[in-house]
Amino acid sequence: MERLRSLLRPVTSVPLARHLIVALIAFVVAMAVIGSSSQYLQTRYAEMAYFAIAAGGLTLLTGLSGQLSLGHGALMAVGAYAATLVLERTGGETLADVFVALLVAITVCAAVGVVVGVPAARLHGPYIAGATLTLAVAVPRLANQWDVLGGEQGLQVSVPRATELPARIQDLVWFFTAVEIDQYSFLAYLGWLLLAITFVALANLSRSRIGRRWRAVRDDDVSAELAGIHLGRARVVAFTVSAMAAGLAGGLMAMNVRLTAPGAFTITLSLTLLAAVVLGGLGSLTGALIGAGVLAFLPHFATDLGESAGLSATQAAEVTPVVYGLVLMLVILLAPAGIVGSLRSFLARSSLTSSLTSFLGQTKEKTP
Amino acid sequence: MQQFLDTTLGGLVLGAVYAAFALALCLIWRSTRIVNFAQAAMAMVTTYIALSLINADVPYWVAFLAAIAAGFGLGALIERVIIRPVEGKAELNAVILTLGLFMVLHGLTAITFGVQHRGFPAPVSTNAISVGDTSIGITPFGILTIVVVALVMAGLVVLFRFTDLGLRMRAAAFNGEVSRLLGVRVGRMLTLGWALAAAVGAVAGMLIAGGDLMNPAFMDPFVIYGFIAAVLGGLDSPLGSVIGGLILGLSLSYVTGYVGEHLAPLVALGILMVVLLVRPSGLFAAAAARRV
Amino acid sequence: MRNTARRAVQVVCVLTTASLLAACGAGKERPSEDGTAVGVTDTTIKVGAHFPLTGPAAPGYSEIPSGHQAFYEYVNDAGGVHGREIEMVVKDDAYNPTNTSAVTNDMILQDEIFAMVAGLGTPTHRAVVQRLNDDGIPDLFVSSGSLQWGDDPGTSPMTFGWQTDYEIEGKVIGQYVKENMPDAKVGLFLQDDDFGEDGEKGARQFLDAQIVDVQKYTPGGSTDFSPQMSSFKSKGVDLVIGFNTPSYTALSQIAAQGVGFKSKWFYSNVGSDPALVGGLLASMTKGKIPAEQGVKLMDGMMTTEYLSGVDAPDDEWVKLWQKVWDAYSKKGSEKLTNYRIYGMAQAYTLVQALQANGKNLTRESIVETIEKDGASFEGPGLAPFRYSADSHMGISGMSVVEIKNGASEPLTPVLVTDIGDAPIEEDDSAASDAPPSSGLPE
Repeated sequence: MERLRSLLRPVTSVPLARHLIVALIAFVVAMAVIGSSSQYLQTRYAEMAYFAIAAGGLTLLTGLSGQLSLGHGALMAVGAYAATLVLERTGGETLADVFVALLVAITVCAAVGVVVGVPAARLHGPYIAGATLTLAVAVPRLANQWDVLGGEQGLQVSVPRATELPARIQDLVWFFTAVEIDQYSFLAYLGWLLLAITFVALANLSRSRIGRRWRAVRDDDVSAELAGIHLGRARVVAFTVSAMAAGLAGGLMAMNVRLTAPGAFTITLSLTLLAAVVLGGLGSLTGALIGAGVLAFLPHFATDLGESAGLSATQAAEVTPVVYGLVLMLVILLAPAGIVGSLRSFLARSSLTSSLTSFLGQTKEKTP
Repeated sequence: MQQFLDTTLGGLVLGAVYAAFALALCLIWRSTRIVNFAQAAMAMVTTYIALSLINADVPYWVAFLAAIAAGFGLGALIERVIIRPVEGKAELNAVILTLGLFMVLHGLTAITFGVQHRGFPAPVSTNAISVGDTSIGITPFGILTIVVVALVMAGLVVLFRFTDLGLRMRAAAFNGEVSRLLGVRVGRMLTLGWALAAAVGAVAGMLIAGGDLMNPAFMDPFVIYGFIAAVLGGLDSPLGSVIGGLILGLSLSYVTGYVGEHLAPLVALGILMVVLLVRPSGLFAAAAARRV
Repeated sequence: MRNTARRAVQVVCVLTTASLLAACGAGKERPSEDGTAVGVTDTTIKVGAHFPLTGPAAPGYSEIPSGHQAFYEYVNDAGGVHGREIEMVVKDDAYNPTNTSAVTNDMILQDEIFAMVAGLGTPTHRAVVQRLNDDGIPDLFVSSGSLQWGDDPGTSPMTFGWQTDYEIEGKVIGQYVKENMPDAKVGLFLQDDDFGEDGEKGARQFLDAQIVDVQKYTPGGSTDFSPQMSSFKSKGVDLVIGFNTPSYTALSQIAAQGVGFKSKWFYSNVGSDPALVGGLLASMTKGKIPAEQGVKLMDGMMTTEYLSGVDAPDDEWVKLWQKVWDAYSKKGSEKLTNYRIYGMAQAYTLVQALQANGKNLTRESIVETIEKDGASFEGPGLAPFRYSADSHMGISGMSVVEIKNGASEPLTPVLVTDIGDAPIEEDDSAASDAPPSSGLPE
């Protein structure tokens, strides 16, 4: 083991290489897990992937640059509609169509991110919360205003059939998983592939100069400004990067739900993303992944739990938001010194969880 | 012309409700410097309590008072148990806490009372008032709404300006340390601020639900519109909140009537951003500029 | 950096554990398809449906599944269909198309239904039609009158409509208004989706010159329709034709009173149930008048009818529904309503189709059976089905009625037609069909 480590040292000491290795291993494992799962579970994994991408972006924003956004549901909506409109024009029959659609979704969201990020950079606390919450309500409603966006009943999304995928990809999947690729597993693989790429990009960004600036701004904006960091610019960049992640997530969501309609992008979606980020630990990408797993799997467990406790199906469906809300409240109440700081110190204090800290802390760095 | 008059009157009634809601947010801001994003959910809970009473054949006005009392108790309870630990801490904490509370109250109400849409009666007629042969676009219930909000506003002014209790509340909110030295029981004053706010919110809930269908999500738009109305008025001033509410109500009514219902939240966002970026202390705040 | 290896191992552990946990709880293996269809065994057939059990469309529509379930129990107690008992899975979509997509996914992959039956709503069901057809899952008797379920079997071969569609409803209403109220200034109040669009298309065939204003609403959006009613008032509208769901009938009435707009009202069949809308109106009015008095508020409104309802207790079909409901309603205290009748009538058609299909049931065979025999199914509908290989449209006609004291008084005989410019003809022949004495389709 020691020899292996020393052999690997040149590779593992470079953050990019390290992140790539972790991501590659994780992706291969994810592929194996997805390939051996039922179609139903594959749809859940696909959902987990796009939630994780969005939560990862939000983690970067809230955890690293200290800005709160309750408007990421709206940004996902922008991404979803952009991808859907592109797929509608191109027919959505090939893998290339899918990637073009997702690229457009990311680009459009980057632009929206700048537009929203510039004014948002000047707000703080309750004001940015209220403004982004209004954004979350306002944007999806626009779908009802213009016919091209399909109104309340939404736009249908076409994705390539698995049999139309390039033979090379079908063979590759078969080679790795010994299961023929189909509609459901295709979307799950696609989601996890993009998740791995996104997380490598985000992890590198947070280890870079830009990331250090964000943390400086988050921890003490006055000192950061004295040190020559342009506060507004740092915040706008953070907002834009996180909007791009939300756009990608929205595009993937559209393909999975196969429908893009305003009813998908409720206030609850935005609050739920916040819950995932807070639950996983602000500032940690692994935390965002765990939070997204909870988002994808909890509703079904919680609903079953509620029903077995004698609630009707419609009441049981409300157990999930209660759990999310409680998570938000408990984290705040049990970590009174401020979420980020106290979560860290809490983990650091506890010897039992110190290994977990280093695990969670792979993207967290103390400000120099 | 007729449509313009109807739209304006409709906007005034809507504005009165926003104003009541903004007043509630303002009361909480004054006492604890927190924006309560759970305000709408708290009002929704008290309105459901009133509906249960009404459906059990309790007279409307008794149910109305019960909702206010329930709001008072709920506000006090929430301040003591949930809000107290984050008072004076990082402001992000209070924001996330009240958002969590919003989700919890929402879900628990849905579980307790069901998610069905249910009719909510009005205490007076909801038919338009006629002058001669032409009917004008306001109902007795609309007039009642405006009167009730005006009374609440007047009551708060009397409380803060002319009573000893009001003075102590203002002192506690203005400077807790000094007030404590002067013998004001600051904690109790803050609790009272939340309780009063929730009671005002309960009134708003009753006025919104009357003559309409209600369900656990029926107050959701007020999370943002109440906030915007309060920020318009500067968050600090009860009078500003009322005027902010009326301005927002009229604006949104015109947008809905002449441009399109679906653009209303976007216009509201536009108003909010303009106020925050151009006149951060609100349209009416006399105090020093605030940091937004 | 020596943590890297450990981290990698940890990532693997977390993922594996998560998937194992998930696999234990939620996952089920798909059965191998050895000749028998998914969702069908020798003794059971599992069907599924999405309904708005909550949300703005729930009042009324949420009662439909209880009608289905009561009728299936009645059939199951009589030995089922070809020895198979019918089981129905019902999922709530809150009339939100995104939810419909999610619950349909669950029904296909987790509950493994044989067919979707009576999924409700135009905007909602529209979200899953392509999916059901792509996967080859029968999508029978959609609870909506949109054209898209049946006018193009080439694109949606597995989907069948059931109720009279909105276009011919628009035509029937349009012709009646043109003949009887030629001077009326008509305002259309439409749900802002294919439902409203199909109705408008039919009505415009006759009323294009009479329509002076069109107002729309979004389900789940604002519940205050004062702006819409103000617009009608300012344009001098004196007859409103509404293609909307029941809650919105009540809300539009409240808003009209609120702005002092007086008019004649003509509501589409799906939004006009007197008992339900009257009850809603009563609960929202001053001092909360008793629900029974609420139906008086509906007096004078016009609507259409393609099934006999609770106001005709002597009708042979209604007698059957009453008998089944009395014996099999889950909560004995709840009354038979028109929505439960609707559900039982749909269930009757399903049983009819399964009966006609014979013992050898596959997803393809049920579609073939309905295409071949469906047009000759005798059932509670006042007009025959139009099922064939070229059309999957449901009931072909309806009559215009006026509501008085919560009951409907016919203004026309049954009028039968088809989509497009097919002529409207009087045809009472299907209205005299009576149920078999057993109450079970033969």
